[in-house]
Amino acid sequence: MTHDELVSGAEPPGTIARPPQRRLSGLIASRAPVIALAYLLAVLLAASFAPLLTGSDPGYLDPGSRLQPMSVAHPLGTDALGRDLYARILYGGRVSLAVGFGVTVVSVAFGLLAGVLAGYFRACDRVIMQMMDGLMAIPSILLAIALVALWGGGLGTVILAISVPELPRVVRLVRSAILKARAELYVEAAISLGARPWRLLMRHLVPNTIAPLLIQGTFVFSSAMLTEAAMSFLGIGLPSEIPSWGNIMAEGRKLFQLKPGLILFAGFVLAGTILSLNLLGDAARDALDPKLASDR
Amino acid sequence: MAFYILRRILAIVPTCLAVAVIVFAILRLTPGDPATVLAGDMATPEQLAQIRAALGVDQPIHLQFVFWIGRLLQGDLGISLISQVPVTQLILDRSGPTLALAISTIVSSVVVAVPLGVAAARFRHSWLDRGLMGFSVLGFSVPVFLKGYLLVLLFAVGLRWLPVQGYTAPADSMAGFATALVLPTIALSLSYIALIARITRSSVLEIIREDYIRTARAKGVGERLVLFRHALRNAAVPILTVIGIGIATLISGVVVTESVFNLPGLGRLVVESVLARDYPVVQGLILVFAMVCILINLMVDLLYCVFDPRISY
Repeated sequence: MTHDELVSGAEPPGTIARPPQRRLSGLIASRAPVIALAYLLAVLLAASFAPLLTGSDPGYLDPGSRLQPMSVAHPLGTDALGRDLYARILYGGRVSLAVGFGVTVVSVAFGLLAGVLAGYFRACDRVIMQMMDGLMAIPSILLAIALVALWGGGLGTVILAISVPELPRVVRLVRSAILKARAELYVEAAISLGARPWRLLMRHLVPNTIAPLLIQGTFVFSSAMLTEAAMSFLGIGLPSEIPSWGNIMAEGRKLFQLKPGLILFAGFVLAGTILSLNLLGDAARDALDPKLASDR
Repeated sequence: MAFYILRRILAIVPTCLAVAVIVFAILRLTPGDPATVLAGDMATPEQLAQIRAALGVDQPIHLQFVFWIGRLLQGDLGISLISQVPVTQLILDRSGPTLALAISTIVSSVVVAVPLGVAAARFRHSWLDRGLMGFSVLGFSVPVFLKGYLLVLLFAVGLRWLPVQGYTAPADSMAGFATALVLPTIALSLSYIALIARITRSSVLEIIREDYIRTARAKGVGERLVLFRHALRNAAVPILTVIGIGIATLISGVVVTESVFNLPGLGRLVVESVLARDYPVVQGLILVFAMVCILINLMVDLLYCVFDPRISY
């Protein structure tokens, strides 16, 4: 069993379907993916159109108005350096989402490549999978922290550093999809008809990885955002000139007892985003792979 | 059986080697002079020379790797650049709070989650079941440091029941030690409770359809006994699996939680060493944590045989 199968609480096929429930809890369950999607769209739009939603500059230091309470000018108050918290969270969303998206693209691209190599070419399989087992054994935040410490803390290096520990899960997924497809009759038929390796890969094998990768992609996205937040929170991530939800919370640590909002507002937005991504991933899995559908 | 154990133990050798290769590659294949990278920006020329000599950077890369592995096998992880203490010593000195937090988290998660999961399976589709499944999605999604701060806000700042931060060694005060661990353990356990309860529920649901459960019920065994004696015993394998898989995540969680609650353990040591650019310590910690993961997964695999005699390869 893989980690995600365990997490999904999947049940074996053959479960007798129950008639759909019309109770409130059933309705909430069926609407959860819709609410999740709406929330994600709202976050995405708010981050994209941040300049329209606030007149404040997230980096503007105003020592005269430090730690202000909520007001019309500063909807969520100001931080210890007098910066507008609302503006920082809006602009921070851009960075946090960019990290999630960047890590997803990088780890899926490299994971697809390595997974296809491992699944298709016997010679590569042992070496690649052994390295992936090694990577899996190293706790992800530790690995990412060490890489950022060596490479320096910019947006690009943070994305690369978080992608490395995400790789093994993608590689395993792609490899198993390729191995499963290779045993299918239509692949044997294509080989018998003389299909070249490249055509075989592109037409018959790689398309089998797309659905699982789409599902895994949402989980990579949410896990990358969590890792970035944790790293920035520890003070080893993006520099504070680039606001992300993680380093906004990191800066709130010292004054937490005095003004909990400095951590909590960004924290709730982040938790909502992660929750929505996970719900969406679960829904995508249920839709694309009914065998794994979790029991509602 | 003995053959299986031996084979399983031998199987960790290539994984350990892969970890060593990765850690070595990360440090050595980074652009620039590894000695300057290792020493950091603040190094004096003497420190630089000391590191160059220790690394043997004038040797070819494969020889460097062999020498490095040789020292690792003797338990020599190098010397801290900042405190000049052997890394092995430093890690041993700081492991107390981390071990305490990790063990209390695993124990309390299992103790809370397994009965919850069995109850959710027994009363399937009840409010308990639905609530638990909802809670488990939430448990994964809220970052551990946010849980930590919410708990501090509620129980330490608001109700003043427990200390906000800090650590007391058990030798100084057992009560202080216990109270210091309560909030970090809860913060860290929540996602494990979610994970283990979920897997317990689904494996009990799966097992409950087996023939021997029907037999047990047919001969008149009470429902509670059926669940706890027959079903749970067989659910142990997936629960163990999830603990094994969760160890790497647990260590990541420990690193963050120690920072939230200011516990002077290995997690703080990682952060301090990275910020101080004390690379031998960072490298040593990564290796030690990876070995812990590998060994715990080995133990989990070996325990499978105890719980399910059918498993033998």
